[in-house]
Amino acid sequence: MKTLIRPALTLFILLSIITGLIYPLLVTGISQALFPTQAAGSLILRDGKPIGSRLIGQHFTDPKYFWGRLSATSPQPYNSAASSGSNFGPLNPLLKEAAESHIKTLREADPGNNAPIPVDLVTASASGLDPHISPAAAKYQIARVARARGLSPDAVRTLVMQQTEDREWGVFGEPRVNVLALNLALDHLSSQPKP
Amino acid sequence: MISHAWLLLGLFLLVLFALIKPLGIYIADIMEGRSPALRFGGPIESMIYRLSGVHKENEMGWLNYALAILLFNGLGVITVFILQRLQFWLPLNPQQMVNVSPDSAFNTAVSFVTNTNWQGYSGEATMSYLTQMLALTVQNFLSAATGIVIAIALMRGFARHTMQSIGNPWVDLARITLYVLLPLSLMFAVLLVSQGVIQNFSAYQDVTTLETATQTLAMGPVASQEAIKMIGTNGGGFFNANSAHPFENPTPLTNFLQMLAIFLIPAALCYTFGRIVGDIRQGWAVLAAMAVLFVMMVVAVIHFEQQGNPLFAAAGVDSTVGNMEGKETRFGIADSGLFSAITTAASCGAVNSMHDSFTPLGGMIPLALMQLGEVVFGGVGSGLYGMLIFAIMAVFISGLMIGRTPEYLGKKIEAYEMKMTSIAILATPLLVLAGTAIAVITVSGRAGIFNPGAHGFSEVLYAFTSAGNNNGSAFAGLSANTPFYNAMLAIAMWFGRFAVIVPVLAIAGALAAKKRIAVTPGTLPTHGPLFVMLLIGTVLLVGLLNYVPALALGPAVEHLMLWAGH
Repeated sequence: MKTLIRPALTLFILLSIITGLIYPLLVTGISQALFPTQAAGSLILRDGKPIGSRLIGQHFTDPKYFWGRLSATSPQPYNSAASSGSNFGPLNPLLKEAAESHIKTLREADPGNNAPIPVDLVTASASGLDPHISPAAAKYQIARVARARGLSPDAVRTLVMQQTEDREWGVFGEPRVNVLALNLALDHLSSQPKP
Repeated sequence: MISHAWLLLGLFLLVLFALIKPLGIYIADIMEGRSPALRFGGPIESMIYRLSGVHKENEMGWLNYALAILLFNGLGVITVFILQRLQFWLPLNPQQMVNVSPDSAFNTAVSFVTNTNWQGYSGEATMSYLTQMLALTVQNFLSAATGIVIAIALMRGFARHTMQSIGNPWVDLARITLYVLLPLSLMFAVLLVSQGVIQNFSAYQDVTTLETATQTLAMGPVASQEAIKMIGTNGGGFFNANSAHPFENPTPLTNFLQMLAIFLIPAALCYTFGRIVGDIRQGWAVLAAMAVLFVMMVVAVIHFEQQGNPLFAAAGVDSTVGNMEGKETRFGIADSGLFSAITTAASCGAVNSMHDSFTPLGGMIPLALMQLGEVVFGGVGSGLYGMLIFAIMAVFISGLMIGRTPEYLGKKIEAYEMKMTSIAILATPLLVLAGTAIAVITVSGRAGIFNPGAHGFSEVLYAFTSAGNNNGSAFAGLSANTPFYNAMLAIAMWFGRFAVIVPVLAIAGALAAKKRIAVTPGTLPTHGPLFVMLLIGTVLLVGLLNYVPALALGPAVEHLMLWAGH
């Protein structure tokens, strides 16, 4: 047993230094040199100030913006310092309550739109920070956003189409729309002088 | 299952199988000391051995090998515990994270050392960058290395004859870390950063959103930890949301690569096994049994998740895509379902969707995959040695049926090996079922339950299943960061790991000492379809018979309630 202590202790310390200090510092160095933007969080700048990350969803409640998924983070939705899903089981009454309350909000913000609501709009994402919605969920909101901005639905639809990403390499993941990118493009469109 | 999901599964298996042979050969050559790559690290390796007082050629018997592994892992527990308890005063803590509570620090220490990576804490709200690196990332490497060297020792047990030693644990641990885990992680980490995984030491960054609210973006050295988290089948997330978090797993492509990384070493080790025992077909047979079980489970979980939740359709929602609660839009049903099967087939435990919000039968699949004993690919090393234990059980049962002394790979399987096999197979179900029973009959156990009804029972069952099998994923609604769960689950994790490792090493030692017997016409071939079927049958029989009553009380009841009246 005694003969095992020295190798155990020394090997543990040396491998800890290699894998716990040298390795992460090396990855950091290489990343900063090759991919500085990604390593720093893919931040989006407007007028020189960061207004968010391309990868992290934001909470939208204004009818003139597209809205994202429900977010179960606390204390407020889309809290990127406390990622979390709802963890509601399929029969949990709170799951039904959350969905029904948001269905009501969506219907009230867009009276007359009686289309079935795409399920991703009334369910919470796994991270609570989902930056995307499905193309169907974007389509559902076009009329409301166009009305709130005084834009033609066609103009908004074109924008949604431009911002829709297909499956990566045609195979991976699902078609999706980045909500923050879409809303930034909308703000840009609204600020253009009308023809 | 829709066609896109089939395409995804097919592509996944295709790429995985293409990588098995080269990596399998590489690992075998490294561990047998004849890879040309050993020359590159020669000076570093020699320096490590010199400082540690290790003589490369001094091999050990199984008992000393086991003591060395226990000592090395014990040091890991102490170190991870101390670093968490002192992190407030240590450097690399821009968020001024306070010291972790003793019970949580103990649970996390055992969790990361046993390759479980169960997380009672929320990463971005609890751990300093130093703790993430020097405590958690280190154990991601060393617990993975531990699992692999045990599997290698068992392979040597089959390959050697009339020998008393099964290897030098220090050389084995150093080589697998330096030549396999480190280079793979380094490449994978940089690849992940290129796709958007963050890697920095900044303080959390405040931004003003479009609707002029303040959003705090959590930061940190994520990619370096993320890479080994998958390659070492560890699964402990830098952030609370794990691989669902866009900074850990930003795109469908990174998701695909992460899934591959989980299965890469467990699958390649089957080839390594075939090569070390001198018959590649033996490795393919084990791999085939794993692959068949895996595909069955993948098809099931994606199917159930695509069924969705009938309550949504009733509320005027278009839920034809399936159950999206707790899933990310970029992954959807297919990539989330496949990930959930991979992460629980392997004892990884990373999640890209919240298993607690799966449909009842969809959530039962990850649960069942863990309950099979984490042998469907399984953890790095642990999956293979677990499966080889089942192979010994399978030849024993068939030996009983045909009335011959069972043998496997030219070694007679006798009373001693069967005793050790029984301990290795029964330890985990005992921990899981006893732990679950204690939790549901005590007040402090029931206090952690989040979802009402049968689902609440599933949460507790899932927690002990995950801990006992060293998986680490969760039905995360359970409030597990309490002294009760921290202590109970730590016990389940420690014994779930080492009450298997010690008997496996004992078997390795016993096999190495035996003579090799010649193949005769009466020998049961262990490389054909018949044996593959027998192995699958044994895993399903032993694994699931233990758990059917518990599964009936949880997911089955919930399924009937959900669909009643629809």
